[in-house]
Amino acid sequence: MASPSKEMLLDWYRQMVLIREFEETCHRLYEEKRITGVYMHLYSGHEASGVGSMAALRPSDHVITAYRDHGIALILGMDPGAVMAEMMGKKTGSSGGKGGSMHLASAEHNFWGGYAIVGGHLPLAAGIALEARYRGSDDVTMTYVGDGATNNGYFHESLNMSSIWDLPVVWIIENNGYGMGTEVDRASGQIELHRKAEAYGIKSFGRVNGQDALEVYDIATQAVDYARNHGPVVVEHVTYRYRGHGVSDKQYDAREDMSAELREWMECREPIKILRDQILKKHKGVKATLASHEEEARRIVKAAVEFAEASELPKSYQELFQNTYVNSNLVHKTDMSVGAGSD
Amino acid sequence: MAGRNVAMREAIRRALQEEMRRDENVFVMGEEVAYWQGTHRVTRGFLEEFGERRVRDTPISEMAIGGVAVGAAMAGLRPVAEFMTINFAFLALDAIANHAGKVRYFFDGMFKVPLVYRAASGWGNQATASHSHSPEPIFAHFPGVYVGCPSNSMDAYGMLKASIRDDNPVLFTESIALYPKPGPMPDDEDTDYLIPIGKGDIKREGTDVTLVAYARGVDWALGAARQLAREGVEAEVVDLRWLRPLDMDLVYRSFKKTNRCVIVEESLPMYSFGSEIAALLQENMFDYMDAPIKRVAAEDVPLPYSKEIELLALPDAQKVVDAVKEIV
Ligand SMILES: Cc1ncc(C[n+]2csc(CCOP(=O)(O)OP(=O)(O)O)c2C)c(N)n1
Ligand SMILES: [Mg+2]
Repeated sequence: MASPSKEMLLDWYRQMVLIREFEETCHRLYEEKRITGVYMHLYSGHEASGVGSMAALRPSDHVITAYRDHGIALILGMDPGAVMAEMMGKKTGSSGGKGGSMHLASAEHNFWGGYAIVGGHLPLAAGIALEARYRGSDDVTMTYVGDGATNNGYFHESLNMSSIWDLPVVWIIENNGYGMGTEVDRASGQIELHRKAEAYGIKSFGRVNGQDALEVYDIATQAVDYARNHGPVVVEHVTYRYRGHGVSDKQYDAREDMSAELREWMECREPIKILRDQILKKHKGVKATLASHEEEARRIVKAAVEFAEASELPKSYQELFQNTYVNSNLVHKTDMSVGAGSD
Repeated sequence: MAGRNVAMREAIRRALQEEMRRDENVFVMGEEVAYWQGTHRVTRGFLEEFGERRVRDTPISEMAIGGVAVGAAMAGLRPVAEFMTINFAFLALDAIANHAGKVRYFFDGMFKVPLVYRAASGWGNQATASHSHSPEPIFAHFPGVYVGCPSNSMDAYGMLKASIRDDNPVLFTESIALYPKPGPMPDDEDTDYLIPIGKGDIKREGTDVTLVAYARGVDWALGAARQLAREGVEAEVVDLRWLRPLDMDLVYRSFKKTNRCVIVEESLPMYSFGSEIAALLQENMFDYMDAPIKRVAAEDVPLPYSKEIELLALPDAQKVVDAVKEIV
């Protein structure tokens, strides 16, 4: 079993409390209408899934996910200020305000983005991995996909292609129990989702407790190693969404039995607490460091909000049209004259 | 006695519910339509009333939703398949264009495909590029499928009923922005209130310019007409209601009177509703044309998240007024 150093564990803790603070702040800002829009899907509850698995990567590896992407962006080290500014649609946002919550990305971090069409990013993941295979590099593409998305054709076509071409993809199914309001067993004939790998001759590393960063990391190191040297693998993380499907889909969290279920997860399977207990059990004299990470997370997120709120919104036609094409000065306005955009 | 004002969402719900009561073969399927009562609340109460056999939650499998509806319809049922939003119907475009719209033709009339695809459509509220489409004209491109796009409660009610009762496949779009909009309804007893497929409607009479629109564009056209009236310009508002078949006779009659036309749509401008209407007008009404045909549509750009530039990209009543002023 891979055994991460004390420094690594403390750094995971830092990442996890930062994500939680960021997400809970986003939630509050949305309620206060300081973040607007209709789509924002939070990673609270999922932290160990992302942190533990991405700890198995090296910087040249690739990462891609769906719309529940804030946590992934922060783990990769994207600037929280730029991410928060993106939530507010500001010019200083990581996607210049064009993408919003569902479309974070960072070329610099090999983060190929968050995508809003369920399953739509999965063939892209295979394509990114194809580039590595094509050039003879052994970089892997870590790909996050929801339980609900595994019922979409995109998932099956992408897995199959990754198999026949031996593409170095780590397919991580983040099984949080629901796709919007639909339980896994009402949507999928195979409820052990990782077993969908079998249909395509792909190696499965089985089902992992996605709330336990150490267990996630242990399997992820093996999975990444396998993908680097052989081809695609599937891992299923069993996790839970603390803030329901998304900020504007409240109906999916309002049910009575779901709130009891949520409480149970928060009390018994809380990823930050699990990691904290593991650290304290193993290492002495770290309480002050843990506390300073919590303090630091609050400071960073507060500064991110201040930065984002002080930033400007894009307002011009030029900004609207910019980057439609590599050479955007050929865009058309409605009146069919040549538009105002340019790069 | 005319029925009370209800929101368009409720009008659609009622039409669907009444058709399910009337015909055992009508059933609904789609993501979150049953247990969660529909993402847009159109199927609220359906599971309780009709049960799981006729109200079917599906996985996130649009390709299959599109095609399963075709098979079930060929075999004799009358499916009403919901796409949570029309953005996701792109995944089912093959089933819609190649099968719903073509099996009758390529088997030379052997089968019929009496289905309805319902899809919430439109943009706004920072839904971002991939969730910001009003692509009705794309679906109307293909012969074999009808396309209905209501602009108010009464029309939605009568058009959906006509769609369900028709033996051809119909793609029925519902503007998300119009769901909460209240409007009058037919008499409560008139559960056979049908708006024939392909029949447009004059929503406002006028003599100076014809505004041709559908769905949400009708509200922008009516808003513009009110503003123009204060400045002495009387606009006639033609709500085509169906993008296929097109009620061009209605447009021609209006155009012969006004000799000017502005086409209004929520969709993108290239290869669009506006392109089609303008082309037909110039081909068939050239002698009546006193000014260039103008088009008001969204800007030719993917929709951004950020709110101010999103608004820049969208059509509105003011843009219609500006277009009219260029030609009257
Ligand atoms: C093709 C498509 N269909 C439907 C939707 C609407 N939708 C957005 S998220 C979602 C649920 C996805 O669930 P899952 O894959 O489990 O991911 P989770 O949200 O739980 O992280 C649905 C149905 C969509 N965005 N794209
Ligand atoms: Mg899920």
